[in-house]
Amino acid sequence: MDINILTVFILAIFVGIEIISKVPPTLHTPLMSGSNAISGIAIVGAIIATRLDGGMGTWLGLIAVIFATVNVIGGFMVTDRMLKMFKRK
Amino acid sequence: MEYSKLFYVLAAILFILGLKKLSHPKTARGGNTMASIGMFIAIVTTLLASNNLDFTLIIAGIVIGGLIGGVFATKIEMTQMPQMVAIFNGFGGAASALVAGADFIRNIDKLQTGVFINGLSPTFYLVVVILSIFVGTLTFTGSFIAFGKLQGFISGQPIVFPGQQIFNAIFAFSMVTITAYLVMGGNDLVNFFYAIVFLSALMGVTLTIPIGGADMPVVISLLNSYSGVAAAATGFVLMNNGLIISGALVGASGLILTNIMCKGMNRSLTNVIFGAVGLKQEPSGDDEAKQITVKSYSTEEAAMIFDAADKVIIVPGYGLAVAQAQHAVREVAEFLESKGKKVLYAIHPVAGRMPGHMNVLLAEANIPYEQLKDLDEINPEFEDCDVALVLGANDVVNPAARHDKSSPIYGMPILDVDKSRTVIINKRTMNTGFAGIQNELFGFDNSIMVFGDAKDMLQQLLKDLKEL
Repeated sequence: MDINILTVFILAIFVGIEIISKVPPTLHTPLMSGSNAISGIAIVGAIIATRLDGGMGTWLGLIAVIFATVNVIGGFMVTDRMLKMFKRK
Repeated sequence: MEYSKLFYVLAAILFILGLKKLSHPKTARGGNTMASIGMFIAIVTTLLASNNLDFTLIIAGIVIGGLIGGVFATKIEMTQMPQMVAIFNGFGGAASALVAGADFIRNIDKLQTGVFINGLSPTFYLVVVILSIFVGTLTFTGSFIAFGKLQGFISGQPIVFPGQQIFNAIFAFSMVTITAYLVMGGNDLVNFFYAIVFLSALMGVTLTIPIGGADMPVVISLLNSYSGVAAAATGFVLMNNGLIISGALVGASGLILTNIMCKGMNRSLTNVIFGAVGLKQEPSGDDEAKQITVKSYSTEEAAMIFDAADKVIIVPGYGLAVAQAQHAVREVAEFLESKGKKVLYAIHPVAGRMPGHMNVLLAEANIPYEQLKDLDEINPEFEDCDVALVLGANDVVNPAARHDKSSPIYGMPILDVDKSRTVIINKRTMNTGFAGIQNELFGFDNSIMVFGDAKDMLQQLLKDLKEL
């Protein structure tokens, strides 16, 4: 099991390098803010962490939900705002 | 439960396709929407597939976070994008570390009995938890230092003290020792857990403060990469493919951008992190002997040179954005084009405060993206260029980078503006650029200086052009 998941990770890095090296310099800022939003995927873990057990884990989970949502909502919105500005002649 | 894994894969596919569409400005916006749909699917899947969730807490968290994120995203000035990305990197890192921490706290009892957790052996579990907390926390504190430097809360000068590297080495060594101790079955997990959080937070600070303001584009890119690594490590903790794949994508993206930024400055990553470049150097006697004489022209005289030109290349630097002159430059460019002249923009990789920053600033001023050319594309164009107009850029057009081995910017790829027939340079004063060195270009025979604030100068230039 450990090795399967490591395989997924390594292959994903290769996919990442492959697609991201094709992003032109003009779009590097939106790429950063967009990938920022994607790293907000930690929200999935954060939601699971708020499991009801009244312990410290629940509260850490809540803070994580807030941080990750800032990332997801803020990241996708600001990326859209920027990409809207890129116009042709 | 198993079905949920399919939806995480679907989310990951949408992220990949979304990033793929970022390869062209035409499709990029759709790509971003696609990625956000992927995120929506991942969130809904989690809400539906997990048991025993506290929905009140989750909704409260999402509303608070959504409001903060939404306000940031709509209010932020484009010049402040680097600060925003820096903070968001920090939040992403913190979220990953918190999730790993929460899972670890819940499993402490199990850990001591040696059973498998989330399908992982206790050793592997501990290593990925510590990795996630380490990288996530370091990203959090490091990002806030980067934010402080960009915003001017903290001096942009490198902050160095004697023995800095020794401290960093001791911190790193302590981390490794604690990890090894815990993996080998050490006790007192909770206290060591706090020690790891503390050490990681400290390292985020000590690794970022010695880096100068001019190197922040590299640091933000690197922290961007770290936030991805932290998410991936958390994915290992929870055995969630969605997190692992997304984290890997972000990690790779940040790493590529870091590499591009380093190349743009001809610096190695180690040199950026440990070099403390940008400290004000005392001018040596040599420099004063090489005092250069410049020709200073009025905008009226400059207008006549533009009038005679067929091909104009504009070289914007960050000074242009500081002067809020993007719209003024577009107006000048549009006027020149209406007279049948060809106008292009040359964008150096480190022209702004983060990768691609200058392009966004110019796009905001409605300058079409086809006219924005990167270093490799534009350099051959200078050969038959009549006028290169340098606005608030300095080090990126300094020919010393090509030949002067003693120059701190030697070897840095530069824009070959000096190959144009005429170079018109607008600066407020003769002050030096980030690297703190005088630019020999200003004294060249084909160089002309037009002093003044970029916006005022361009507006005056436009007036003079229209009066010709």
